[in-house]
Amino acid sequence: NGSKWDLNLGLLVHRRVCYLLGSCHVVTTVFPSALFSFLSVQTFDKILIANRGEIACRVMKTCKKMGIKTVAVHSDVDANAVHVKMADEAVCVGPAPTSKSYLNMDAIMNAIRQTGAQAVHPGYGFLSENKEFAKRLAAEGVSFIGPDTHAIQAMGDKIESKLIAKAAKVNTIPGFDGVVKDADEAVRIANEIGYPVMIKASAGGGGKGMRIAWNDEETREGFRFSSQEAASSFGDDRLLIEKFIDNPRHIEIQVLADKHGNALWLNERECSIQRRNQKVVEEAPSTFLDPETRRAMGEQAVSLAKAVNYSSAGTVEFLVDSRKNFYFLEMNTRLQVEHPITECITGLDLVQQMIRIAKGFPLQHTQAEIPINGWAIESRVYAEDPYKSFGLPSIGRLSQYQEPLNLHNVRVDSGIEEGSDISIYYDPMISKLVTYGATRAEALKKMEDALDNYVIRGVTHNIPLLREIIVHPRFISGDISTKFLPEVYPEGFKGHQLTATGRKELLATAASLFVAAQLRAQKFLGDLRVSNTQQERRSWELCVELEKGVHMLGVSRSGATYTVEIDGDKLEVSSDWNLASPLLTVTLNGIHRTLQCLSRNAAGEISLQYLGTTFKLRVLSKLAAALSVHMPEKVPEDTSSILRSPMPGTVVAVSVKAGDTVAEGQEICVIEAMKMQNSMTAAKTAKVRSVHCKPGETVGEGDLLVELE
Amino acid sequence: MAMAALAAVRRCRVLLHGAVKSSFRGSPSQPRSYSAGRLSVQERIERKRQAALVGGGQKRIDAQHGRGKLTARERVALLLDPDSFVEYDAFVEHRCSDFGMEADHNKFPGDSVVTGQGRINGRLVYVFSQDFTVFGGSLSGAHAQKICKIMDQAMLVGAPVIGLNDSGGARIQEGVESLAGYADIFLRNVMASGVVPQISLIMGPCAGGAVYSPALTDFTFMVKDTSYLFITGPDVVKSVTNEDVTQEELGGAKTHTAVSGVAHKAFENDIDALLNLREFFNFLPLSNKDPSPVTECHDPSDRLVPGLDTLVPLESTKAYDMLDVIHSIVDERDFFEIMPNYAKNIVVGFARMNGRTVGIVGNQPKVASGCLDINSSVKGARFVRFCDAFNVPIITFVDVPGFLPGTAQEYGGIIRHGAKLLYAFAEATVPKITIITRKAYGGAYDVMSSKHLRGDVNYAWPSAEVAVMGAKGAVQIIFRGKNNQADAEAEYVEKFANPFPAAVRGFVDDIVVPSTTRRRICRDLEVLATKKQTNPWKKHANVPL
Repeated sequence: NGSKWDLNLGLLVHRRVCYLLGSCHVVTTVFPSALFSFLSVQTFDKILIANRGEIACRVMKTCKKMGIKTVAVHSDVDANAVHVKMADEAVCVGPAPTSKSYLNMDAIMNAIRQTGAQAVHPGYGFLSENKEFAKRLAAEGVSFIGPDTHAIQAMGDKIESKLIAKAAKVNTIPGFDGVVKDADEAVRIANEIGYPVMIKASAGGGGKGMRIAWNDEETREGFRFSSQEAASSFGDDRLLIEKFIDNPRHIEIQVLADKHGNALWLNERECSIQRRNQKVVEEAPSTFLDPETRRAMGEQAVSLAKAVNYSSAGTVEFLVDSRKNFYFLEMNTRLQVEHPITECITGLDLVQQMIRIAKGFPLQHTQAEIPINGWAIESRVYAEDPYKSFGLPSIGRLSQYQEPLNLHNVRVDSGIEEGSDISIYYDPMISKLVTYGATRAEALKKMEDALDNYVIRGVTHNIPLLREIIVHPRFISGDISTKFLPEVYPEGFKGHQLTATGRKELLATAASLFVAAQLRAQKFLGDLRVSNTQQERRSWELCVELEKGVHMLGVSRSGATYTVEIDGDKLEVSSDWNLASPLLTVTLNGIHRTLQCLSRNAAGEISLQYLGTTFKLRVLSKLAAALSVHMPEKVPEDTSSILRSPMPGTVVAVSVKAGDTVAEGQEICVIEAMKMQNSMTAAKTAKVRSVHCKPGETVGEGDLLVELE
Repeated sequence: MAMAALAAVRRCRVLLHGAVKSSFRGSPSQPRSYSAGRLSVQERIERKRQAALVGGGQKRIDAQHGRGKLTARERVALLLDPDSFVEYDAFVEHRCSDFGMEADHNKFPGDSVVTGQGRINGRLVYVFSQDFTVFGGSLSGAHAQKICKIMDQAMLVGAPVIGLNDSGGARIQEGVESLAGYADIFLRNVMASGVVPQISLIMGPCAGGAVYSPALTDFTFMVKDTSYLFITGPDVVKSVTNEDVTQEELGGAKTHTAVSGVAHKAFENDIDALLNLREFFNFLPLSNKDPSPVTECHDPSDRLVPGLDTLVPLESTKAYDMLDVIHSIVDERDFFEIMPNYAKNIVVGFARMNGRTVGIVGNQPKVASGCLDINSSVKGARFVRFCDAFNVPIITFVDVPGFLPGTAQEYGGIIRHGAKLLYAFAEATVPKITIITRKAYGGAYDVMSSKHLRGDVNYAWPSAEVAVMGAKGAVQIIFRGKNNQADAEAEYVEKFANPFPAAVRGFVDDIVVPSTTRRRICRDLEVLATKKQTNPWKKHANVPL
């Protein structure tokens, strides 16, 4: 069966792309051979997925296709989560905090014994790169779907991995291969390498314990800070020093290796768009690499994998400078978040490959069979406020949620659904939105459409930022680096800046929507008492406020098409004017746009999401607008900084202390009354000034609980 | 008390009267010899009409605007569809001849109120709008007569009455005639109650006896910062009880929407209030003979709401927001909440299901665990009675741990007030659909539109627990003094903390998947649209007031 698959590979690759992108129902009926390949080998009967959220769901999808039973683990607050519902079996492994549930090895080992799972897929994060976990699994004869402990350990330590890489003839950043003893040695090494240099924690990650120094003084300072930070963050204060690559790109190579010494590179992923060292938008392939560089990087990645006897999927991260010099950064010994874009352009299912490899099967493909078909872009959709440091986490309940799966060539990897809670306990990622196209331009256009059609209500999300990045001229031309965001938005992200045309489109849409709602309000079904003598209106004079500007508009209607006059220009707006749909699809002078109406009220206030950013408008009749000059200006009263008990009860828990920063909607304390726990939440994002209650205390109605700044 | 009230009003009146005298020069300031026959009658008609349009004159209009308020006519124009207002009695003048009131410059065509009928989104409504620019909007015999005239006509044709209140009080100069005027209006308010919807929007002062007209109407709305309702003003309060209190604290919008429960909602300013009133009006039937209105609806009636399947927390002690349930079930998430800041442990308001107006009542687990107390019972009862009077189906979402215990509640008469809600649900003959989302404990279960009170369709979600009380309390009584309380509790939970005990007895009609709730309700409403039910003949019932 394997050989049959190999022969058909060339033909199937394109189909597999569709398969990975689209709904499997369509493809399995049209191309039964695609499914056949999943069923063709016997791997495991039952796999436990030691993770949550989108990646747990992602792994289960492939398991289901391969006919493998799945076991989910979950914390108590995740009992209703999508990954739990999706699994054939589910085991609760502890309370909400990750240290007590998803990182709780004892509980997870129990779950494995209890369910008889033969293998464990760790996803990413949590226990995915924990050699202890891998060891314990091995001891009980359970397969770990990932590399062996040796590779995890070797690549998990920055110093060791660099030494191994160097030995495997992988380009490494000029620097000191070892632990720096003290500040004096740091200065000496820094001078040998040449400034600027980077001082970083050996055990580090995520930007913690990392300092850039441009001179001796900064080196001494950096050494002190980094070692303190490293000690507190990782319990390991060992530091290393290396050349700092200015304005680098972050490009990584996906590798796949089996237990028989074979290894492949599956091309690159460009992950330069980052904020605070976390990736935001990724693409495959990279606009920057030429075939020679790609091959050189790929071959070095494979040679590193072979050097550590790597098996399973892994990622070798490189920094690439403007002259296409590339330097080894680190190797991630797990499935990466952004793996779907590689799947899209190669047609491989990486999870399937990992499972096969874990069972001991050799690789199915040769390097020559690995294609780059088309282009794939991934946007990480987060529950966070992009207007604050490019993204501060927000929490809440997804009151409305609709993925843009109505579009072709769109893949959404998510582990949430309408009604899910985005809580403070876990990563605030909502989903990974992947679009695919034959060309980069096609994939980008599709991403615009997908972001416009993505309905997320109830939490603040970063779609405004994603939507701006993908249309930025520098991004489109491929002129990017890891400093893209701070360079492009030095003052912080401020949302989409309207052009003159954009402003008119927005005004015309709001005015037309207002009129459509007004007309609908007059449609009473079967009511004989509605006036017959009153003429239906055909034209309106409206006043629309937008960003402190006031615009007089004339609107006239013919059927579902409105003609809006703004400053002498005429815009034709047509739509089905469905006032219940969160999406507002309009044609503006022949141009098709999808907006979203976030809210609309009787007072004429309309919130529209246009090109990703939310704009607040107010539409008034000419009369109401003229009279509004008499309305008093009101300063909104701020009661959000004081939290009082709404009822008599007992304080069960206090989740904050003075000096903490709380996010809007975050739980501050819990009051029990009538045997019910009432969660008191912050009305705004602020620092806690003082806490006036403690657990066990009885409070009366109106008692001061917590003050915010 | 009435004397005190009048004293307050009088003080106010005297001041205003003084101001009128010193600053106002009568608007029809042309020569007053009209003897040139027909043409001059035309001229006089025109002149009077023009005079009626400017009320108390430009200076007073400017002063009104300066206070952040619109004039009586501007308000009517914003409230009604363009060009739909038909005015009555623009030529009516007051008849007082004392204190110099008979002078021409003290007469204003139409006096201190604008009345008539018009349309809101094509539907008929009668309106009166008090004109503060004419004698501070004070109520003269003529003013009252104008209001009574439109109320009488509204009753005859069956159309709602909207009052835009902005009045300093009684017209002191007219004395008892003014008082008689109030009483005439009160009587009509009572007669119209339950016949046509009556709405009051307080847009300025409303003090003394005048407050009782809004109090008798179905809904009282206020404008923040510019409207006040009180029996006696701060001065009298100070002299009688020695309390220091501001107008705003005593009778402002915040006080009445959050503390006293006198007003049902407050709006930011005149424009905001009038535009919202138009929206609100669309929910209401025109009279007790008209069905609940049905508007064009774009929201599919069979829409599933997947989020509801996971909304109720697994632990029964954890709260959730009943508004999340309501918003996701009703058409287009459009819910016009009544009294959103008062007795928040119960949620009431209007929404639509497949286009048809419904009244929603829901316990709010997020506030005081959703218990029933004095205020929430009264709030719920009044709303239920409005719906029943005007053929609006009632949908009730139940998650109630019981009535709130304690001396404050018992001394306050929770028995008497709780009975009102029980009475209202029992008496109602409109379609009644009830969904038990979680707890339905004790007497409160009976009260909340239960099957036993003639609920038409009663559903339970799988998370429902219908029981006399929570497990802990029950076990303490059943197994008093015995060991093994924990086991007993587990047994109780197993037996009662689920929908089965109610379902096997037919006390709920079905156990439904929460995500299908919207679809079920829409279908049921269609079935129940022809429901006919009458209570035994009586002169009137005796609700436990």
